[in-house]
Amino acid sequence: MTGDEMPFDEMHGKSGEIRPAYLSYGDWLEGEETRSLRKKSSDAEALFRRIGVTFNVYGEDEASERLIPFDIIPRIISSLEWSRLTRGIEQRIRAINAFLYDIYHRQEILRAGCVPTSLIAGNAAFLPQMLGVSPPGNVYTHVVGIDIIRTGRNEFYVLEDNARTPSGVSYMVQNRETMLHMFPELFSKVRVRPVSDYPKHLRRCLRDCPPEKCAGRPVAAVLTPGIHNSAFFEHAFLADQMGVELVEGHDLRVVDGRVSMRTTRGYVPIDVLYRRVDDEFLDPLNFRPDSVLGVPGIMDIYRAGGITIANAPGTGIADDKAVYSYMPEIVRFYTGETPILRNVPTWRCADPDSLAYVLENLADLVVKEIHGSGGYGMLVGPAASKRELAAFRRRLVARPDNYIAQPTISLSTVPVFTSKGLAPRHVDLRPFSLVSPDRVHTTPGGLTRVALRKGSLVVNSSQGGGTKDTWVLED
Amino acid sequence: MPLLGKTAGGLYWMFRYLERSENTARLIEASLRMALTHAHSDSEEWSSVIRIIGAEDAFRSRHDRCDAASAVDFMLRDKSNPSSVISLVAAARNNARIVRTAITREVWEAINESWMSLQKSLARPVRPRDLPDILSSVRRQSAFVRGALHGTMLRNDIFDFARIGTFLERADGTARVLDVKFYALLPSVMHVGAPVENVQWETILRSVSAEHAYNWLNEGEASASGIAEFLILDTRMPRSMAFCYAKIQDNLRYLASDYDWRSPSLDMAEAMAARLAGRGIETIFEEGLHQFIHEFTRKSNELGGQIEVDYRFYE
Repeated sequence: MTGDEMPFDEMHGKSGEIRPAYLSYGDWLEGEETRSLRKKSSDAEALFRRIGVTFNVYGEDEASERLIPFDIIPRIISSLEWSRLTRGIEQRIRAINAFLYDIYHRQEILRAGCVPTSLIAGNAAFLPQMLGVSPPGNVYTHVVGIDIIRTGRNEFYVLEDNARTPSGVSYMVQNRETMLHMFPELFSKVRVRPVSDYPKHLRRCLRDCPPEKCAGRPVAAVLTPGIHNSAFFEHAFLADQMGVELVEGHDLRVVDGRVSMRTTRGYVPIDVLYRRVDDEFLDPLNFRPDSVLGVPGIMDIYRAGGITIANAPGTGIADDKAVYSYMPEIVRFYTGETPILRNVPTWRCADPDSLAYVLENLADLVVKEIHGSGGYGMLVGPAASKRELAAFRRRLVARPDNYIAQPTISLSTVPVFTSKGLAPRHVDLRPFSLVSPDRVHTTPGGLTRVALRKGSLVVNSSQGGGTKDTWVLED
Repeated sequence: MPLLGKTAGGLYWMFRYLERSENTARLIEASLRMALTHAHSDSEEWSSVIRIIGAEDAFRSRHDRCDAASAVDFMLRDKSNPSSVISLVAAARNNARIVRTAITREVWEAINESWMSLQKSLARPVRPRDLPDILSSVRRQSAFVRGALHGTMLRNDIFDFARIGTFLERADGTARVLDVKFYALLPSVMHVGAPVENVQWETILRSVSAEHAYNWLNEGEASASGIAEFLILDTRMPRSMAFCYAKIQDNLRYLASDYDWRSPSLDMAEAMAARLAGRGIETIFEEGLHQFIHEFTRKSNELGGQIEVDYRFYE
């Protein structure tokens, strides 16, 4: 499981043979000329630009809308692998929701001594305002993205749980649209399960959790921080595909005890708000007073049953990388089952013995901030210079409780198309799951992120990663 | 299905900006032709165009001299000038991004492609020989967006706001051309009926893409009052002020019946439409063309402001 071994390639076996899931695709690929693939590859980029699938880069002007590079070789998962993965994901998501309910109610798990109280107390992602509040349907995480990495034929690990606001689902849908547009004949050869109904499922999932005061058919809306947000395209995409309004804070206000949107005909109440604004910006009266992205008073309306906020405020506590390290215990505690998916071994630097180990082996480890995301503030030991290691060591010693460390895992590879033909690159996977009171639905597919630089293990788009279409095969 | 006030406003402005970019491209085309055929009036010609788009101060703060090169660069590709074609198309696209959920993929792609192709063709100063192609492509791209709007959008309130923005801007554009150009051609009311010099009226008609239609209707005979009548009152002419107001009135009426509420802006639009319909060109000349146009522009601005209030574009 360490970086020295040959990484597991998902398409080719050790002696170059094509693995079963890729057989039909491999057949097709063999008949394609490199020149025509090269053309398709540049066509794909033009297509993305035309559709406007871009993300904004912070701190640059509006002309700098970037494309996330798209690779035309799909990542393929067999139906058997997928069914095992989804069982594991769904088990974990049920546990996360039970954990959140418990943490904001009786806190049995703390009383049982299963996880330490310090994990919750003083944690910035924990919202005291949510204590005693039961969200509609007791669903906290309507939308979840459990990041999965693979290291071998049957070895899958959870890298992190995105319970707050997982992003990237528009790429899952758009990548497939692009493949269908460019290689229509391919999809008659290989039976791939569709992902295009994700927005329909999302709409259903949001409407499955109406607030108490909802009268009739629930009105849903997507709340975006606005056009300058890096994920604005996705917010607009989802609202458009669901057929609901895309609103910003200044479109909303509280009218007669309901959060309402300003329409051409006056204010109309919203029942379910799929918000892509962080907790702290959600309500200037209850959280950050300087926020202009949220709605003053929305938390009070929420507590009074006037609106459903998805995901529920305070779910970020389950994203926390220190909580992550306890996830196997959390799954056992709430489901009484053995966790189907494994965690990556994790050292909590708050613990003195672990810290000592981490400092001693810094050059071999990956160290992450507990609340970090997007690949920022992270150290990849084997890829770091002496100076970077020394600088990180100082930060680590100064605030050990802000970090966790994990072994450098050799992520599986999938070939990408390069000007010189196929070349293996490391990948991870973010499947998207939707939670209703009575079920968890995971779209067969997901976002495969790929580190385009040879040997790199960092797949984040902000750090030069790309994406691939992810295929789950029909039975 | 409720429509956000912000979205209605975004649609309205998207189409105003788009229409304005097209109008500016037309003005440049007409002046370019004028300058080519009448080199002596070069500087005056270009400064009148800059007056039409209402950007004299901005222009003076950037350029000492007004010649073809500086004027064209300023109106076409100067990103610091909010009324340049590139700025207007970027503003239209930006509004399209904001209202992305209200427009079809075809409309979005048309405006996005229009912006992308301009970004590319206007990245560097334009060589005179490339200018005609670029100008006609601006008009063509705008037509693409309008075509996509017509071919793919539901005929509901979303469509109404897009149309209202288009026609309010177009009426304003025609009025501005008339105000700056036509008035300059008329030293006194005495000359109204007299034939005017070919190139001069041609420029006016070209500025609103109407030279062919006018000649066809008038068998090549042009007069100042004939041109004024055509651009102000002729409801067959799609860029005339009367035509535009008939459309604005229609779309506000659709909204009134859709929303079951008669807005103050509809009253204003009907009053203006009636004013344009119930008279001959002679009475306008008696009142004074300049006076008339100014009154028209002021009322159009008021109408724009009232629409913003009636349909809650802003908080």
